[in-house]
Amino acid sequence: MSTTNGTDLYAPEEAPRKKPTRRWVELLLLILAWGIGLLGTVQIGWVTGEGMTTRLWVTAGVVGGLALTMHIVIRIWAKYADPILLPVATLLTMLGLLMIYRIDVAAARRAVLSDAPEPTPDVYSQLTWYAVATILFVAVIVLLQDHRRLARYTYTFGLAGLVLLVLPLAPVIGTTVNGATLWIRIGDLSFQPAEAAKILLVIFFAGYLVAKRDSLAVVRTKFLGIELPRPKDLGPLVIAWLISLAVLVFERDLGTSLLFFGLFVAMLYIATQRRTWIFLGGLLFLAGAAAAYYNFSHVRSRVTVWLDPWAYADTGGYQIVQSIYGLANGGVLGAGLGQGFPNLVPFAKTDFIVAALGEEIGVTGLFALVMLYAILIERGLRTAVSVRDAFGQLLAAGLSIVLAIQVFVIIGGVTGLIPLTGLTTPFLSYGGSSLVANWVIVAILLRISDRARRPEAVAPSPDDAMTQVVRTV
Amino acid sequence: MSRQIRRLSFVFALMMVAVLVNITLIQVVNAGDYRDRPGNQRILLAEYDRERGPILVGTDPVARSVETGNTLTYLRRYSNPRLYAPVTGFYSLIYGATGLERTENRILNGRSDIFAVDRIQQLISGRQPVGGAVTTTIDAAAQRAAYLGLRGKKGAVVAIEPATGRILASVQSPSFDPNRLSSHDPNEIREYYAKLEADPDKPLLNRPVVALNPPGSTFKLVTAAAALSSGRFNPNSVLPGPRTYDLPLSDRELRNWNRQQCGPGGRVTLRDALAISCNTAFAWLGNELGADALREQSELFGFDTGFEIPLRAATSRFPTDPDEPQTALSAIGQFDVRATALQMAMVTGAIGNSGRTMVPYMVQEIRAPDLTILQTTEPEVFADALRPSEALALTEMMVNVVDNGTGTNAQIPDVRVAGKTGTAQTGNDRPNVAWFVAFAPAAAPQVAVAVVVEEAGAEEVSGNGLGAPIAKDVIEAVLQRR
Repeated sequence: MSTTNGTDLYAPEEAPRKKPTRRWVELLLLILAWGIGLLGTVQIGWVTGEGMTTRLWVTAGVVGGLALTMHIVIRIWAKYADPILLPVATLLTMLGLLMIYRIDVAAARRAVLSDAPEPTPDVYSQLTWYAVATILFVAVIVLLQDHRRLARYTYTFGLAGLVLLVLPLAPVIGTTVNGATLWIRIGDLSFQPAEAAKILLVIFFAGYLVAKRDSLAVVRTKFLGIELPRPKDLGPLVIAWLISLAVLVFERDLGTSLLFFGLFVAMLYIATQRRTWIFLGGLLFLAGAAAAYYNFSHVRSRVTVWLDPWAYADTGGYQIVQSIYGLANGGVLGAGLGQGFPNLVPFAKTDFIVAALGEEIGVTGLFALVMLYAILIERGLRTAVSVRDAFGQLLAAGLSIVLAIQVFVIIGGVTGLIPLTGLTTPFLSYGGSSLVANWVIVAILLRISDRARRPEAVAPSPDDAMTQVVRTV
Repeated sequence: MSRQIRRLSFVFALMMVAVLVNITLIQVVNAGDYRDRPGNQRILLAEYDRERGPILVGTDPVARSVETGNTLTYLRRYSNPRLYAPVTGFYSLIYGATGLERTENRILNGRSDIFAVDRIQQLISGRQPVGGAVTTTIDAAAQRAAYLGLRGKKGAVVAIEPATGRILASVQSPSFDPNRLSSHDPNEIREYYAKLEADPDKPLLNRPVVALNPPGSTFKLVTAAAALSSGRFNPNSVLPGPRTYDLPLSDRELRNWNRQQCGPGGRVTLRDALAISCNTAFAWLGNELGADALREQSELFGFDTGFEIPLRAATSRFPTDPDEPQTALSAIGQFDVRATALQMAMVTGAIGNSGRTMVPYMVQEIRAPDLTILQTTEPEVFADALRPSEALALTEMMVNVVDNGTGTNAQIPDVRVAGKTGTAQTGNDRPNVAWFVAFAPAAAPQVAVAVVVEEAGAEEVSGNGLGAPIAKDVIEAVLQRR
């Protein structure tokens, strides 16, 4: 990055060199991603004997069109944005569509054989959500010209996020699925408010921490030889902790609870630059985990199953065992798209989509998939490091952390690395709320990265003047 | 803050590495273990997910795969399950496969290399290969005749085409229902299998090719063949046939089945000795020829060779290094001589085929899913057991058995049938085994058949009484069809 200094600040129109926008790189990668998606679709169509129907060609066209729309919007409104984020997220979305289509085919085939009515394919519904995601993506890029504007509504976002979190508990609209109260339902539309809440709360955390980080960083008390923040400053951490526990207790959503707490501790650490918070957060996590373990049977059973899934292969461990069987069947190169048994894994379209994918694309494919997530997260964190304002840094970092925790918790969960908790796999899993939310995250990251890489000077935000001067990246 | 972010990204990198290591452990390192776990349906599903080729008798699919609505896409069904069980075997979720289902598995499931051309196409298209068809050599009419004949008895029948070695019938009783072992209901399979296992009559034993019994007097064909091929004897050679034969080196003696002497003055021609199944004459003959000559002759007929037809047949045995009394007993198919029904059908067929033993086989053709013939089994000579003239002489002697001797129940009007009865003792307190072997028409045989009925009565007539009618029915079934 260029050095920010006084002259640049006041000479926006006379940038000495033309900075490359890298938009052609983005387009090329997008075409590559689209090609991979198309090849996969053709393969599934051929292998399963479904063929390449007109509908599939149209779908491929629509997907390409949506990706191109995003690209063009970035060209116009955020032309210095990171060129990697969009293609990677697009490829992940396409892989998700591909796998959902694959499982649709398997389900339809099963239905035909058992004379059951053919189930409605989910891929077109997911495609619709992708279109909705594109609209929101465009809206964020176009309307949010400067991410720092979000900081103005810190507490509004915080309140909205909290309301969304507890919304599933509301009578009438709240819905419980598989024991977890994560959904709200209005008419035919169901929506997972936690997905939107995670973005709103990242904004809130970023705004709040930027404003309070100095006082949070101040060490006041020593307790048992450990430096502790003032009790007054501990408040937010305790509140976040309590909210997470509340989500866990009342909505039985282990994953979201974990996500929020991890996110808050990580952002607190970045903002205050003090490891004490990590230590405290760890203690609180352990305390919360222990309390949950001893008080809630569903938490206890998750842990028991995690420790030895084979002992519960027919009951609580069924999902994870089937997932492992599927992965093992995939081996190094995978059974090949369309040639595994993804329908044997429960929730193959949602929580266990990685297992279904892993069976058909093998460890090789999963390595590539995890690398895609790693690239996405790395580009997000890089954006955080390179942007000049503290709010932007915290926001970009927070959004990347959300992705990182989700990827780790869900992939680690379905492969038995950590206890299984329900979280969606970003971009892959079937489910509109998640897809739209993750695309909004990408849009915000792109917006911040455009800010970060844009050569012309940026008016320093008032609460950020200090860092602005000090930082030379 | 950048430093903290970098530290965090390092933590995230470690988390991703942990995920990757764990995935590698599952998909590469431990994958084999997981695949073999009993609860893992996938390997079986992969088998059940493809259409397994049929096993054909003529053009009739006696085993075929039908589509189901379940997770297991295809179900193996057997028409006439008990009739063809010794041929098809079963194809079980739990107990694997037996019979042709096992030996021809790679053909039936389409993984054999002979489908290489199809496979390249499948590799590109990724389609599940469809299995090939296996056409057996079984003659439906002969199989059915043998099955009906054995009903209510315990035993086996094997019929072969003497000129080629094609197996026309392979039947056992009691039999079992492979449908119930090949179902998709593990409990049903386990229950039925346990029941079959507990049955003292061992219905799961593939009697025609696996059950070894002393061949008794049917082995006199081998002894007679050895005598003829030695050049020292012809059908008219006169042998001593006293009422009893004192087993050398022991105080035991051997009697004829009717406790009579075999001819006037205890002297009998080789032809008549075979016709009346004279034990003392053949016991004498055995020691005259020696154990080695008998063994060599038996080996030319297929003893001491493990045949794969392609089911693995039990190896029929002539005892190694018997002393004189043991040789005498072996010459009449007792002591440690053991033969399968398949083996005795081969001996009989070779005599009918001018002395030439053919390698037996059960798979006629292998067809691709589109029914083009990929492979045809060509008849193969195993050995020349007898010179044609000797074979002809022995054939005449066997015709005499049916026309004038112990095998009269096998007579068929206008057809010259060559046969031999046998009754073997299997032990002191154990029931006898009745045998009948025959081929017809004597001059140019189309079928050679061996019938073995376990737990028969004590007398020589049981070969004629129990075995001959079944052999006759099988012969008639083959002859009438042509």
